[in-house]
Amino acid sequence: MAVMTYLQAIAAGLRQAMQSDPSVIVLGEDVGVYGGAFKVTKGLLDEFGPSRVVDTPISEAGIVGAAIGASLVGLRPVAEMQFADFIATAFNQIINVAATSAYRGGGCVPIVIRAPCGAGTHGGPFHSQSIEAFFFHTPGLKIVIPAIPSDAKGLLLSSIADPNPVIYLEHKALYRSQQGEVEDGLTFVPLGKAAVRRSGTDLTVVTYGMMVHRCLEAADAAAAQGVQAEVLDLRTLLPLDLETIAASVSRTSRVLIVHEDRLRGGVGAEIAAYLSEHLFTSLDAPILRIGAPDIPVPYAPALEGAYLPDVARILEAMLRVARW
Amino acid sequence: MADPLVIAHAQLTTQDLEALYRYMILQRLAEDRVVKLYQSGAIVGACFTGYGHEAIAVGAAYALGPDDVASTLHRDLGARLVLGMPLGYYFANFLGRTGSPSRGREGNLHIGGLGPRILLHTDFIGATIPVAAGVALGFTVRREPRVAMALFGEGTLASGEFHEGANLAAVLRLPVVLVCWNNQFAYSTPLAREVAGPIVERMAGYGMPACSVDGNDVLAVYAAAKDAVDRARRGDGPSFVECRTMRMRGHSEADDAFYVPKPLLDEWRRRDPVERFEQHLVERHVFGADRLRSIRETALADVDAAQAWAEASPPPDPAELSERVYCEERPWP
Repeated sequence: MAVMTYLQAIAAGLRQAMQSDPSVIVLGEDVGVYGGAFKVTKGLLDEFGPSRVVDTPISEAGIVGAAIGASLVGLRPVAEMQFADFIATAFNQIINVAATSAYRGGGCVPIVIRAPCGAGTHGGPFHSQSIEAFFFHTPGLKIVIPAIPSDAKGLLLSSIADPNPVIYLEHKALYRSQQGEVEDGLTFVPLGKAAVRRSGTDLTVVTYGMMVHRCLEAADAAAAQGVQAEVLDLRTLLPLDLETIAASVSRTSRVLIVHEDRLRGGVGAEIAAYLSEHLFTSLDAPILRIGAPDIPVPYAPALEGAYLPDVARILEAMLRVARW
Repeated sequence: MADPLVIAHAQLTTQDLEALYRYMILQRLAEDRVVKLYQSGAIVGACFTGYGHEAIAVGAAYALGPDDVASTLHRDLGARLVLGMPLGYYFANFLGRTGSPSRGREGNLHIGGLGPRILLHTDFIGATIPVAAGVALGFTVRREPRVAMALFGEGTLASGEFHEGANLAAVLRLPVVLVCWNNQFAYSTPLAREVAGPIVERMAGYGMPACSVDGNDVLAVYAAAKDAVDRARRGDGPSFVECRTMRMRGHSEADDAFYVPKPLLDEWRRRDPVERFEQHLVERHVFGADRLRSIRETALADVDAAQAWAEASPPPDPAELSERVYCEERPWP
């Protein structure tokens, strides 16, 4: 057990996987000599050599395509998108090649695509996006997004172990801001299982990624006003842990869904639709959602701050749902 | 420069020549049959053929070693046969039967990945090139002396993914062989509107050896492909082989190809790769006409048997609809 940052936990998971299995390779832009734009892959080149830590051209479709090809002949590639936003140029490889392979009888594609995502670091429209909704609609993919260091490691190892293409979203704003205890060795956090970060009886807050922390902060403030919120960290978006969500909402009968991604067509919309279809009679209040407005991610701190859901908005919504 | 036929002959035995002919005639006869099935209404989806491409599909794939891998497209049936695909899969896939590895989820030549040697078909031309590069990357990581070949049409050269894959293969010096069938048309778009400049010359930009051969001459294709496969296996990186040919039918059987000038088709019909190889074998006294006829009859019987096998395999049960969207196998580590 060691205390490490979210970033160090990802790095530890990668190193552990590469030490355990020579079929795990890393490829991407600047991942070798430079150690990655955020230094997640720092030191891997020295430890594992250039055949397993592959610096590539700026070529996301090439990177993902190569990962797919290598996986088809027995490797477990971990491809890095330098920023999650760049994944759009690899869309065809992910949606049409990797995601359909199993269904079409083309073989398993055990690849992990690491994608540093999210706003809050002043990256502007092309270095700040939440990309999960683009892929959430696609059968054949899995999507994970850890919020704390131990999950960052355990979900990465489970993603590498999974026989399917996994998009592993790591939030840039959490890289160095989150610290926590992380177990040594090959520790797995199962895919498709949400975690209860805070127990409560008055409402269920369904969230993931960076918003987990803002929701926990808002939940503490709500508790001071006598409202006990249960906060669920989804951890995996695909497959979605509807069972855990439904179990919690059945108990609290009120729900607030919070994500950093835009509201329209987002993951929260699917959860809200599911709950209204299956738990309508258990609900004592309308399902509320908080997310970013339907605009590109802006750069200037005043705009970016207004774009991101903040603790005050979340708190206000928590109280509104609880007191409906 | 020596005659490519002479070079090829130096490397090929009589058994090899017979095998080349057998695969070519098998592709031709199987496609004849599939067109008939399509015209009879037995095939519900699109029908693509590779008439005129037999020498490329067979000659290129025949240059691969027993552990090499290829990515093929809809005109490359012969390559799949060379690499060991049972012909029954071809008919089962067109007919949407469970005998095919795609089990009715896919039509025409999208037969799925077949064991370790034939990669899954992807419709998005260009997308297969980075995947082939990745297969080759996998070989180099494991230090296995294996080669990945991709077959594709000249229309692919306009797609971005082709260039990403070719560039990646070149900078990493991967054991990749790119075999381009230049059949003059991408659907209705003629070559001059698809590709700017001579095809082989653009590969110089990647520092990649490239050559252009008569794609209707199976021995010329084989010789060029073998050269490229050997170079890749030696560790000298990727190569590109342009095989000049003509698409002898429409893009699919639904396309009457009114836009293709008749004289162009007539000219290429005189260069039919199957007939030319037959003539070559007879003229050089490799086989007599009787032997060719008997190979052809055996191939026809194989087509009959493959069709019957496919027709006997059941259509998929709708209960399978949502199965196998995800893989459960391949545990780790």
